[in-house]
Amino acid sequence: MIEAELSRCVVAWCPGATGVTGAAKLSGGASQETWSFDIVRPEGTIGAILRRAPKGYGAAPSRAAGLENEAILMRLAYEAGVPSPRVLHVLRPEEALGTGFIMARVEGETIARKILRDTQYAAARPLLAHQLGAIAAAIHGLPRDKWPVLREMNATRELAEIEREYRSFNWPRPVFELTLRWLRDHDPGRPDAVTLVHGDFRHGNLIIGSDGVRAVLDWELAHTGDPMEDLGWICVNSWRFGEIDKPVGGFGAREDLFAGYESTGRKVDPARVMFWEVMGTLRWGVMCCGMMQRFRLGPDHSMERAMIGRRASETEIDLLRLLAPRA
Amino acid sequence: MQDEPTPNELTKAVAEFLRNDIAPLISGHNAFKLRVAINALDLATRQLTRAQAGDQAESARLAQLLGREGSLLELNQVLAERIASGEVDLETPGLADHLWQTTMDKLAVDQPNYGSYKRELGKT
Repeated sequence: MIEAELSRCVVAWCPGATGVTGAAKLSGGASQETWSFDIVRPEGTIGAILRRAPKGYGAAPSRAAGLENEAILMRLAYEAGVPSPRVLHVLRPEEALGTGFIMARVEGETIARKILRDTQYAAARPLLAHQLGAIAAAIHGLPRDKWPVLREMNATRELAEIEREYRSFNWPRPVFELTLRWLRDHDPGRPDAVTLVHGDFRHGNLIIGSDGVRAVLDWELAHTGDPMEDLGWICVNSWRFGEIDKPVGGFGAREDLFAGYESTGRKVDPARVMFWEVMGTLRWGVMCCGMMQRFRLGPDHSMERAMIGRRASETEIDLLRLLAPRA
Repeated sequence: MQDEPTPNELTKAVAEFLRNDIAPLISGHNAFKLRVAINALDLATRQLTRAQAGDQAESARLAQLLGREGSLLELNQVLAERIASGEVDLETPGLADHLWQTTMDKLAVDQPNYGSYKRELGKT
């Protein structure tokens, strides 16, 4: 039982801790798990989250930054004032919990449909785009000399990876072909400044409260590259959940996102943002096709995956709306 | 010749049974999975009902656009190659209309409630 191992672990580093209680798995794939639990102390419990790769699953997929790097990035973000969970502890081999880290639990909501529909977030919604612009700028301003070693991405390399994956499915998609051509023709080249890029800056990885953004999560896809990638990704229509006239996550305008970003002194390049929105839409479409492959070839023969495979066409209509809009 | 009822009548009847009689009895993660299952059956029903007409129209458009005959898969492969090579692009008469019509027909089966699809449906 994981509570016994967690108890031994927290008692060793958390002052006053006597054990843990209420451990519950929030999500888990084959290689990575997230657990919620409470650290018990006489002066009150501390809500905590464990993010780990269980023993024997140390190797991360090629795009992943790695859990050690995620912990470094979260600490860096926290120290710079980016809303971020405080990292409490990085796992050690002798604790027998695998690799990963423990962070403070931040209360709030990550489910897009609730954030976009529930009345308790009504006051926060108009603030989010501006806040997220400023947060993205703060992430992009994190000091280079503190970055862990991360893969460096650029538009050309990202395009090549997406194209290779799409071709591996061996299923013709004329709209994706058109998009690949467009992206090649509009490759903006290297950005003026290469920065840290969060890499998955969107609903699901943002904890929202009634007061606005409370935390940025999940640095798994962090890398160095073009900062406009993060701004384009959060504008992808797939993350608007039906609120298609509010490009930023279904809650805000690009102008608000850009104003928040530029309030920090950093500059937005709207053409690059649009390029990365097109790239991001294609990227999600190819990811949907990948779900179909995993459904058919294994290991996950679930109908959820099968049905996500049939969502690739959503990105096709969004790509046509971007590249060949009708009157 | 297979007898009636047709496959789409069967998937529709099963989906209705699950939606009306089973869904109210189930909660938690299984309720979520049941919704996905019902969505899958609804999708299959839409495809069984609509795909033949859509595929025929797509084939006819592709034959016209490409100047050749072939299976739907072959014709789509040829179109994909011609777009990739730059031989065909959005300036090519008929390409944009073809891609739009094909994509709208796909969404009508895959996700008829998708926001972008509903918006574009209002334009035709």
